[in-house]
This record gives sequence, C-alpha cells and structure tokens, in this order.
Amino acid sequence: MREAEPGPVIIVDGLTARFGEETILEKISFEVYRGEILCIVGGSGCGKSTLLKHMIGLLRPAVGRVLVGGVDITAADDEQVNLIRKKIGVLFQSDALLASMTLGENVGLPLDGFAGLAPRTVQLIVRMKLGMVNLGGYENHYPAELSGGMRKRGGLARAIALDPQILFFDEPSAGLDPVNTAELETLIRGINTGLGTTMVIVSHQVELVLRIADRVMMIDSEEKGIIATGTPDELRLSASDPRVRNFLFRSDTERGEGRA
Amino acid sequence: MKMTVSEPGYTLTHSEEGGGLVLTLSGRISVEDADRLLTDMEAVLSEQRVGSVQIDLADVSYIDSAGVLTFFRLEDQIRQKGSDYGYTHVPSRIRGIMALIGRAGLEKPPLRSERTHEGIIETVGDAGFKVYCDFKALMTFLGDLLAAVVYLSGHLREVRWGDVLFYMRRTGAEGFPIVGLISLLIGLIIAFMSSLQLKQFGANIYVASLVSLAIVRELGPIMTAILVAGRSASAYAAEIGTMTINDEVDALVTMGFDPIRFLAVPKLIATAIVLPLLTLYSDLFGIAGGLIVGVVGLDLTPYTYLQESQRTITLFYLLSSLLKALVFAFVIAWIGCQRGFQVRGGVAAVGAATTSAVVTSILLIVIVDSVFAVVLHYVG
Ligand SMILES: Nc1ncnc2c1ncn2[C@@H]1O[C@H](COP(=O)(O)OP(=O)(O)OP(=O)(O)O)[C@@H](O)[C@H]1O
Ligand SMILES: [Mg+2]
Repeated sequence: MREAEPGPVIIVDGLTARFGEETILEKISFEVYRGEILCIVGGSGCGKSTLLKHMIGLLRPAVGRVLVGGVDITAADDEQVNLIRKKIGVLFQSDALLASMTLGENVGLPLDGFAGLAPRTVQLIVRMKLGMVNLGGYENHYPAELSGGMRKRGGLARAIALDPQILFFDEPSAGLDPVNTAELETLIRGINTGLGTTMVIVSHQVELVLRIADRVMMIDSEEKGIIATGTPDELRLSASDPRVRNFLFRSDTERGEGRA
Repeated sequence: MKMTVSEPGYTLTHSEEGGGLVLTLSGRISVEDADRLLTDMEAVLSEQRVGSVQIDLADVSYIDSAGVLTFFRLEDQIRQKGSDYGYTHVPSRIRGIMALIGRAGLEKPPLRSERTHEGIIETVGDAGFKVYCDFKALMTFLGDLLAAVVYLSGHLREVRWGDVLFYMRRTGAEGFPIVGLISLLIGLIIAFMSSLQLKQFGANIYVASLVSLAIVRELGPIMTAILVAGRSASAYAAEIGTMTINDEVDALVTMGFDPIRFLAVPKLIATAIVLPLLTLYSDLFGIAGGLIVGVVGLDLTPYTYLQESQRTITLFYLLSSLLKALVFAFVIAWIGCQRGFQVRGGVAAVGAATTSAVVTSILLIVIVDSVFAVVLHYVG
C-alpha cells in the first residue's frame, strides 16, 4: 500500500561512473517513480550492476548525484545513508549469502535491527519469507549445501525480509527453472501491488522483463548511456533503434522475417 | 517510514456485535509493531469470552507481510479454542499480501533439525574419528603427490616451470627480508644469553661455537621452515581451497589435467628449491648476529670469531641441515596443498583450511625435526 509522498523515489542526475580511467556510464539521468517496476536491460558488461551499486550508494559517482527519497546519497552522511538503506532491499548478482550462517540466519539478518522482536516472531517471518521463494524447510541449511538457483532465491528472501519500500534486484531469475521463474514473477507482482514496493530490476530474461515491467530502460555500452526508455508497449510500437529491437523484440523480428 | 517507533502506528478498538467480538484496526502496521499487536489483541481476547472473532481491516492504511502474519498467528490461537474467526472489509491489497503467504509452511519443521550440543563421549569419539580420517586423507594425498612427482620426473617437459618460478619468487625472494631479520635477532639473543654464562669462566670464545652449532644444526632449518610454513603453506591452502569451491579444480579435471600435477607439484618443486637456500641464508645471518655480540660485547675479533665458527661447523652438519630443509619443504607443500584440496563448502572452509595448514605443517615439522635429532645423533 503506497504511502503518499509525491515525486519520484529515485532521481539519478547526470551520473558518470568510472573505474579508474575507464568510463562505464557517461552523464545519465533518469527517475524511478513510486510503486513502479523499472527494468534495466542491456548487453553483458554495459554497466547495469555498476549503475545499481551507484543507486544504493555502494559506489560513488565520479560526477552527478543520486537522490533516494529526496536525500542526495552521494553527499549525505553515514547516518542518513544508513537510514535510507533500511528502507531498501538488495539482491546482488552473486547471491551474497553469508557462508558462515544458515539460510534462516541469513534471512533473519535484516530483522536483527529490531531488537524488540521476539525470537518466535523472527522465526515465523523467516519461514514466511522462505515459503514465498519456495524454500520452505531449508532454514537450517548452509548456503554451501544449496544449489545455485536455491541460493539466488535465498538472497531474494533476505532482500524482502523487511518488506522494504524499494527493492533492487540484480538478475533475480538467473539460474532459476521455468516454474520458479513463473513463481518469481507472481512474487514480484504480489509484492509490488500488495506493498506498493518500488522495484528496480536488472534482468537478461527478455520475456520476463516484457511481462512484469512498467517501464524498460536500455543501456548500451558504446553510448555509455540510456538508448531507450518506455513501457514495453511503447518500445514495441515505436522503438526504431535496431539495437533495441534486436535486444527486446528479436523473436518478433524473426517471426516477421520468416513470414516475409 | 519511521524506524524507531515508541508509539504503535496503529490503533486497536473492539466492540461486540451479535455475540461476537469485532476487533477494528486502523493506521499502519509494520514489522516493528508485530509483537505489540499480537500482545494487544491477545489481551483483548483474554478479557472476553467470545464465540466468534472478526477482524475489521477497513481503515488500515499500510500493512506489511509481518503484520499480516500476526493476524494469522492470532487466527491459529482462536481456532484452537474452537471459536470462529474471520476478516471483514479486507482491502484488495491486503488480500494480495495474504495470498502471498503460504500458511502451510509456517509450522512445518525444517528439513534438517538445528545442530544440538553433543555429550562429552560423542564429542571425544567424534574428535578421535576426525583425527583418524584426517590422517587417512593426509596419507592418501601423500601417495598421490609422490606418484605425481615420480611421473613428472620422467616427463620433465610436463612440469609447469612458469609456475615453479612464480612460487619460487613468492616463497623465496619475498621471504628473504623476514628470514634474515629473524635469524639475525635469534643469533644475537643466543650469543647474548650464552655470553652471560660463559663470561664467568672466561670462555668467551666458545660463544662462537655455541651460536654456530645451535644455528646450523637446529635453529636455522627449523626457524626458516616455520616462517615459510606460516607464509606459504597458508597461501597454498587458501589458493587451492578457493579454486576448489569455485569449481576451478573440477574444470581442470574435465580438461584432462591432473590437479595434483598441475597445482601441487610446481609448489612442491619451488619450495624444495627455495627452502634449503633460505636455510643457508638464515645460517649466515644467525652467525652474523652472534658475531655482533662477540665483537661488541666480548671483545673478540671478527677473525677469531669466524675461525672458531668454521672449526665447529663440519660439512656433515651443513649437509644434514640442508637435507632437513628439503624434508621440511616437502612437508610444507604436502600439507598446504592437501588442506586446500580438502576444502568443501563455502568460503569459511577456506579460512579453516588455511589455519589448519599452518598448524599441521608446523606440528609435522617439529616431529620430523625430533626424528632427525635422534637419527643424526647415531649416524653422526
Ligand atoms: N570493480 C571493477 N573494477 C574495474 N572495472 C569494473 C569493475 N566492476 C565492473 N567493471 C567494468 O565495468 C563494466 C560494467 O560492469 P557491470 O558489472 O556493471 O556489467 P553488467 O552490465 O552488470 O554486466 P552483466 O550483465 O554481465 O552482469 C565492465 O566493463 C567491467 O569490466
Ligand atoms: Mg551485472
């Protein structure tokens, strides 16, 4: 359920991302609106994960600003940034589960901040979240004892443990079978409509993106920036850039050519 | 969103309608309120004896999944008592969250029970069994390693000499400063301590033979080996361990390489070349340390000191010290690599393997050294 605060939740303003001398993204600007699902797509190595890390304040931009909930996280002090971090959940491209803890402890980690929560409550919340990602029963397993796709879902459960206001997913469907991908889709929709969560999702799975995205944003490594934004329908109808068509609507094009 | 709330974000009122109890909630319900909400609702229920309970959610402005979970927990309690339970005016969003929560899983016991503490007998038995398994694994790996060495000595071209050079540089060249410094200081200390005693008898000159004997026969080889074990056995274990958990070792196998020949033997050769050299170097610095004390503190001339040292160190001592270094080198590479290949699971296991590599190799070095001490006594 949305909390009424007007304006975009995230504003990326003229962001340039560099690693040493190498510029990955050059002066990109965009906004993420409250309650929307924004999918970021683009070729491998074009800087999607890098952009995500800038949006959550793990990397500092060489130039430009990132505003989350109205606060400039590139200039804010640690305390402010921490306050914002409590409102966001992040699923990293590598699952980033802590190897020394069981899956249950990993998922319960974000709940540790609430000292007052009874152990029983924490246990039930952990089970609820694990159930949501289809990992019911695995709370006492260690990450090393799970498969790649299971670890990914474990990371997902940890990201949504607190029902954050903004969720960042880096490749949530990587390593998932079709059934689990479909359930992931249901979960993303459910969280989005039920809790009004704003979502920024990086994914290579074009079909998934076109189904769940409110808006799609495409990044290109040669332009070092955004080459298209819009709803899936807008892009399908009006995108003329061959790179966009090739990436998002390859199957359409091929079918069309086949008929011709 | 407020993260530290002293006041609950919700209000709870209750009323009776037709013999049933209606709990009306309004405001926002989130994780931080979950426990309090449950207690509040339980308190209301304990005051009343009711046939049915309805929860009215019409005015809830925000609720998260932990909040919904609280209602489910209450529902279970009430149903157990045999009363009816239901929700009224559920906004569609809340319905959506309710649908997300698989209620069946909440009470399901985990597939694996939590680790419990064992009794003392089990602990001791377990530890004993682990030592036995560990010993077996070490010996198996020793066999594999020797087989690989034998094979490669017939196929010298197949040895990865580039890696050998790399590890020689890492183990040797980068180890020189620390080995030199520590040996010098040990030489100083021994010379100083023994001079305190020998001075009383006017036997200053024997400081030279004492220092050179102690350094060349015992301390040089063992100090160097312990330092290299700390630097390199740990590095070998960490490197191979990380490769193991990243499936890199499996990748080597599928490409037709023998991981022991590929990964372990170059490290073994490098250590076996470098450790004797480092030992010689350590001997020199140890004697130099003694020399400083002899010249500065005991008024010996460098010439007499060195002559006395030279008289003490026989070729036999020198060769046996190098032989020891060679065996220590084997122990270091053997244990370091074995601990790496043994890693299973996650990153934490790499840390454990690294520690274990250092501890085990130092233990074995000391054991081997005592065997040498006895054997050399009878041979020499
Ligand atoms: N820590 C780093 N140091 C230097 N360069 C980096 C670093 N991390 C990423 N890069 C470079 O930045 C570029 C973008 O990387 P990024 O991980 O953001 O790609 P991506 O779009 O997420 O790709 P993928 O879809 O494969 O995950 C790449 O060219 C990469 O080489
Ligand atoms: Mg990436």
